[in-house]
Amino acid sequence: MALRLNGDKRALVNAIEQRILTGPGMAPPDLRAKAFEGSDLPEPLAPLLNKVAKRSFHVTDGDVTAALAAGFTEDQLFELVLCAAVGESSRLYQAGQAALAEATG
Amino acid sequence: MRLGILNEGGFGTKLLFILIRLFSRQPVPDAARLTFYRPDFYGSYSKALTHEAMRGPSAWSIAERELMAAYVSNVNDCPFCIGAHTATATQASGNEVMVAAALADLESAPVEDRLRATLRMLGRLTRDGHLSAEDVRAVLDTGVSRQQVEDALAICYAFNVTNRLANAFGFEVLSQEGFQAGARYLLRRGYR
Repeated sequence: MALRLNGDKRALVNAIEQRILTGPGMAPPDLRAKAFEGSDLPEPLAPLLNKVAKRSFHVTDGDVTAALAAGFTEDQLFELVLCAAVGESSRLYQAGQAALAEATG
Repeated sequence: MRLGILNEGGFGTKLLFILIRLFSRQPVPDAARLTFYRPDFYGSYSKALTHEAMRGPSAWSIAERELMAAYVSNVNDCPFCIGAHTATATQASGNEVMVAAALADLESAPVEDRLRATLRMLGRLTRDGHLSAEDVRAVLDTGVSRQQVEDALAICYAFNVTNRLANAFGFEVLSQEGFQAGARYLLRRGYR
């Protein structure tokens, strides 16, 4: 599906967001949504996903092993880290688009 | 990388990684391993957007777009992406001094005002999380078109995502030789 959207970058950004939030996955959709929003995260995930969103350079092996030790699988963490990274980046993108719209409105 | 599933890949990709290593004489970069893992969840979508933003139609040159990627990566403290896109911007522009200067001190670097203003805007958005209309007008006033701002924002998005993933999953930083080989690949084939 994504490849058919070539040429429309906003549609491609939306396609990434829709896929990771609403498509089939191993982490429950409500948890993916929380990772995306960066809010209401359960304790074993909060340190890792907050860092992914706000200061990814500070993520440590310990953040990941703590989440694994709490029972999350690697595939679930793969999805949730993606949701956190995409969520924060989408907010930045929207902020940029809003400023552009105001500047050219 | 911090997740074993990304290092190992699936059955088909294991063979592919061996072949890539054999023919390129370089390890498969972790950025490639990420896009090969469950591509229906993220990799295929990511490659489509990144290729469009970095190699699709745009008034920005490929060298300018690669410098934007390196610049955003620098703001996000992403060692893998800084190395990869500094090498690619340098090969594309043929101007190592300019690329290094833009990353070290944008305001004194020998770049055109329109590019400097755009990099400054992307840096502010990435670092502070917001932009004002004034920030964007300052870019437009240098002669950058509305579409070019749109194009730059898409690059900024793509690398804000990728920088976070590279840092979170712990992408291995390549040797200079590895980054140069990766840059040649990205300039020949793009991000698809």
